[in-house]
Amino acid sequence: MTATQNEPLLRVAADIGGTFTDVALEDGAARFTAKVLTTSQAPEEGVLEGLAAALGKAGKTIADIDVFLHGTTLATNALIERKGAKLAFVTTGGFRDVLETGYEKRFEQYDVFMDRPPPLVPRYLRLTVTERIAADGTVLTPLDESALVSMIPTLKAENVEAVAIGFLHSYVNAAHEQRARDVLAEHLPGVAITTSAEVSPEIREYDRFSTACANAYVQPLMAGYLGRLSTAMKTQGFSGALLLMMSGGGLTTLETAQRLPIRLVESGPAGGAILASHIARENELDEVLSFDMGGTTAKICLIADGVPERARVFEVARAYRNLKGSGWPVRIPVIEMVEIGAGGGSIARVDAMQRITVGPDSAGSAPGPACYGRGGTHATVTDANLALGRLNAARFAGGSFNLDVGKANAAVAGAVGEPLGLSDEWAAAGISEIVEENMANAARVHAIERGRTIDRHVMIAFGGAAPLHATRLANKLGIRRVAVPKGAGVGSAIGFLRAPVSYQVVRSQQQNLVRADLDTVNAMLTTMEIEAREIVTPGAPGAFFDVSREVDLRYVGQGHELTVPVPLGVVGDGDIKGLIAAFEKQYRAHYGLIIPDMEIEALTWSVTVASQPVNTMATPSLSGAADAAPVGVRSLFEPLRGGGEEIPEYWRDDLAPGQAIVGPAFIAEDDTTTVVDRGWRVSVDNRGYLQLERMDDV
Amino acid sequence: MTVGDPLAQIHMQVMWNRLISVVEEQAQALLRTAFGSVAREAGDLSAGVYDLKGRMLAQAVTGTPGHVNTMAVAVQHFIDRFPLADMKEGDVYTTNDPWLGTGHLFDFVMVTPAFLDGRLVALLASTCHLVDVGGRGFTADARSIYEEGIFIPHMRLFDQGRLNEPLMDLIANNVREPIEVKGDLLALVSCNDTGCRRLVGMMGEFNLLTIDDLADHILVNSRKAMIEAIRRVPNGIYDAQMTLDGYEEPVRLKLRMTVEDERIVLDYGGSSLASGYGINSPKCYSDAYSIFGLKCIIGPEIPNNAGSLGPMIVEADAGSIVHPQRPSPVTARHVVGQMLPDIVFGCLDQAIEGGVQAESAGSIWVLAASGGARVGNTEGRFNTMSVCVGGVGARPTKNGLNSTAFPSGVGAIPVEVTEAGSPLVFRRRELLPDSAGPGKYRGGFAQVVEVESRAGLPFTVSAATFDRLQNPARGRHGGKPGSPGAFGLVGGEVFHTKAVHTVPPGDRLRAQLPGGGGFGDPFARDAHEVADEVKAGLVSVAAARASYGVVVTEDGEIDATGTQALRGGQS
Repeated sequence: MTATQNEPLLRVAADIGGTFTDVALEDGAARFTAKVLTTSQAPEEGVLEGLAAALGKAGKTIADIDVFLHGTTLATNALIERKGAKLAFVTTGGFRDVLETGYEKRFEQYDVFMDRPPPLVPRYLRLTVTERIAADGTVLTPLDESALVSMIPTLKAENVEAVAIGFLHSYVNAAHEQRARDVLAEHLPGVAITTSAEVSPEIREYDRFSTACANAYVQPLMAGYLGRLSTAMKTQGFSGALLLMMSGGGLTTLETAQRLPIRLVESGPAGGAILASHIARENELDEVLSFDMGGTTAKICLIADGVPERARVFEVARAYRNLKGSGWPVRIPVIEMVEIGAGGGSIARVDAMQRITVGPDSAGSAPGPACYGRGGTHATVTDANLALGRLNAARFAGGSFNLDVGKANAAVAGAVGEPLGLSDEWAAAGISEIVEENMANAARVHAIERGRTIDRHVMIAFGGAAPLHATRLANKLGIRRVAVPKGAGVGSAIGFLRAPVSYQVVRSQQQNLVRADLDTVNAMLTTMEIEAREIVTPGAPGAFFDVSREVDLRYVGQGHELTVPVPLGVVGDGDIKGLIAAFEKQYRAHYGLIIPDMEIEALTWSVTVASQPVNTMATPSLSGAADAAPVGVRSLFEPLRGGGEEIPEYWRDDLAPGQAIVGPAFIAEDDTTTVVDRGWRVSVDNRGYLQLERMDDV
Repeated sequence: MTVGDPLAQIHMQVMWNRLISVVEEQAQALLRTAFGSVAREAGDLSAGVYDLKGRMLAQAVTGTPGHVNTMAVAVQHFIDRFPLADMKEGDVYTTNDPWLGTGHLFDFVMVTPAFLDGRLVALLASTCHLVDVGGRGFTADARSIYEEGIFIPHMRLFDQGRLNEPLMDLIANNVREPIEVKGDLLALVSCNDTGCRRLVGMMGEFNLLTIDDLADHILVNSRKAMIEAIRRVPNGIYDAQMTLDGYEEPVRLKLRMTVEDERIVLDYGGSSLASGYGINSPKCYSDAYSIFGLKCIIGPEIPNNAGSLGPMIVEADAGSIVHPQRPSPVTARHVVGQMLPDIVFGCLDQAIEGGVQAESAGSIWVLAASGGARVGNTEGRFNTMSVCVGGVGARPTKNGLNSTAFPSGVGAIPVEVTEAGSPLVFRRRELLPDSAGPGKYRGGFAQVVEVESRAGLPFTVSAATFDRLQNPARGRHGGKPGSPGAFGLVGGEVFHTKAVHTVPPGDRLRAQLPGGGGFGDPFARDAHEVADEVKAGLVSVAAARASYGVVVTEDGEIDATGTQALRGGQS
């Protein structure tokens, strides 16, 4: 690093998405961004191009970068498109098909033609060895090492590029998995090997094996990509720190990312949630709902006291209407979000019950919504927004192309208007209403599942489509305040700049809480903290780290756990009473009662070590006067009035801090338009955020 | 068009969506708070919302078909017992009456009236499979309902917010796991409260005083959609028969499906009389699975409610195995009930162009194991249930699903979870080679399970639910049957009855589940797919030759000449 303590660090973030690679750079208080096309074949090229563009604007070079933060959807895409390594899976004898049979369940009850996704490893490459460990960690049958050696010729003949190892109960005793890894590694140099206990030391064999296989599957690809990127940057003079964004919202080192690339899935959405969390802290908001709506999906995340909700299981590559169970479970630390098939490109139809349905399938960016004029004929949410008058046909996507209102109206009429006997405007209003209702339902259910009260939250809206729907969604949820940050089009990359360097270690250790062996627990927690510190320290040398610990508790006999914080230091009997009290408080908040006399058990413990969050936010340069005039007026269809009304449109760049506008109004910018609904008032604050407030109960 | 009309139309749609969200939320709350692996891991529960006529308006898609349609009528029985005029805010009613609830004593149904500003506006109901109800446990050995456990007729569990403590005590003192059972009952109450709050909140948001208009809108549109679906099935009379192992004697099922314009009647007249053991399927449960089978072929996208279910009518002889009368035992009612979609498919296969799915393993095998229980000693006592499933029938254009529950919607309980709560050790749980019924599209492969105890003590397993040992799942259109089920000790003994069997220390239970039936001529199956399954170890070289006419060489290649010779002109 070149910077001294007095000199601000040059921090740069790059987020590779499916279509665009976004770069955000902060040099002290100045921020520069760039958006370039993703180069899927060699993603590092797009990153370098984006870096050059952003650095050029700032008058800097790669050599000036102190910290480079990176997130990518490459791992996720490899899983969705099944373009990972040729993979073998070594497992306990008698359990060859766990990966294939999963939960032995149909995720769609009434569709007799549904199929579960085929496993990442075909059966002929799922190999078994004799060994068995019991639920308490006892070795029932020793590991047959000769069976491992005898599978080497097969693995070589099949040109296997990666191997995952998953044995039953390895979350309690990983000795067999580790020994198997050593034996195979000795004979298979250059083959990436993942053990299930190292990626996900938790009970439930299908989830753990699935996670191990997903990790092994993307490992050669990700390790190769990250290696090439690092080399290419160094060649151009980069000598700073390279850190990778993880799905849990923390940053990690290149080495850890190469070993556990599965932890990088969903890093883009995590970046968005981190940005929203940062804004929450900046504005001292206790309860925030982040609302990120793009082209294909909307993501909703709850943030409490500046920290996003977290979870430890996630499903990748859902292949059937985004339904739970149609992808693979991955048990890793993730920022908890609900993702619904509701984006600008989501397709609207009328079903057999004469109901309007929207999504989850999307017209994507090619052919895209009908109004793009690129051959799309489906009616999408964007078409409905255009038909209602919410979008400026001439200024969409920075004016890069004109939207075709005629095509939007025709698509909306064909898909919804004619079947239901509604005019174009009413049909469009119906589509908008349903997509907003779908998002509101998802948000409401999510909040209730987490024991939260939704109408106390402040909404932070970003992503191309969110500001169009934000005030209307807020009305449905009873939310009275919405903030729309600037530069939301590269929100994830900006989020990376705010993320801490962190790592979470988890261990399953099932014990009755009252009779828990605290010596074992304390020893385990100490080991876990050491492990986490070893991983984070190289990523943030000299930084001060926060340690937080949690345990998942449940009533004995239940299947769902609640996560409770564990105080630091040696856990004693008094702390156990505190844990029980915290559990009961949460249980009551979630379910309205507690079960007296029922014993409580601990299932999984976690330790997170994180550098303190970066709180310096670059302030975008603001220009314009506090009395900017509208740039035009446009007719907006208002369902409650049953007709169109002329609404003023402002250009966001014209607005200066202090300006306040009463809705209805449009605030347009390159990436999006904020619709200020009737009954709302918008003002621009000192950081350039649009702050929307509901004035009354309309 | 007036301003009000389209807005009202859109609001109606929004509220319908919201109602579905209400019951989903209700079911999720229950899933998270229920005790007992069958409810929590396998999802054996349900939730729904009803209007004041007792008509079901929406039901959670979480849960199993057995609950879906039984709950649709159960609420009407509650209204008959507790007139609407007497319902008070804070009341909660319950029963586990198999005939008026969801088919066996294990399922408690809970109904909560929802009030808006002191006025009764709707009813919320939920049900889940409890850990225990006393009696003979989860076996088919009881000879009457009186032996099967505690029977709670329609009663108030809460009276204006006050717990009926004598009732709770009575239940708790008649079950093996009183704390969990209380927990489950309270979980049902709590999830209904969640549903009530959300429903009332929605009514406030849309300024509704009643849900009657919304109910009519939902039911009329759903009924219309179902009638349209029925109209696509050619009118006619279609007959099918099916034989199951049964308990003391084989069960013969007969079904006549009559399609007439706007309705379909399924008539089980002439089927076997009720069994003397607990595999009888009460009419409500028979209705549920019959209608499920019908609906997933003719109208899978139509939501379940009183409107869509109305045009499908099930008839059966009182006293038959699909319409047993009190006091017939019914604990393992799913043994017969979950086979009913297969016989419904048998009728539909004749009516639907291209045919329908072949027969499946059908009823799930519930591995109810217990052990360690000695008088005066509870050390090491365990009582556990896990779910094992076989192969699903081949589809007309696709292979059947391997080792998957059908028609039940429950899921597997992870081996690690079962083992963490008992001394059981599973030594094998994987696909069973050569178990899939051959066909142009093969049936699903079944699984084989081997389990022993670490405790050095014997344990018992109830075979109540193990069927298709003598009557495998049949194929259709030239497809062959799946392999029959089998179970016994690895040490050699083979079990034949649905009784409770003992596994001695040092030995293991082995259960081979039934495979799914095939669809179409096996000799017409893609030879490469057969060779791939030989390579995967799922089809033996001998079976490839005998069942599919495909000759696979030692190095896994297809012997084209040999295959041609076997298949002759057939493919």
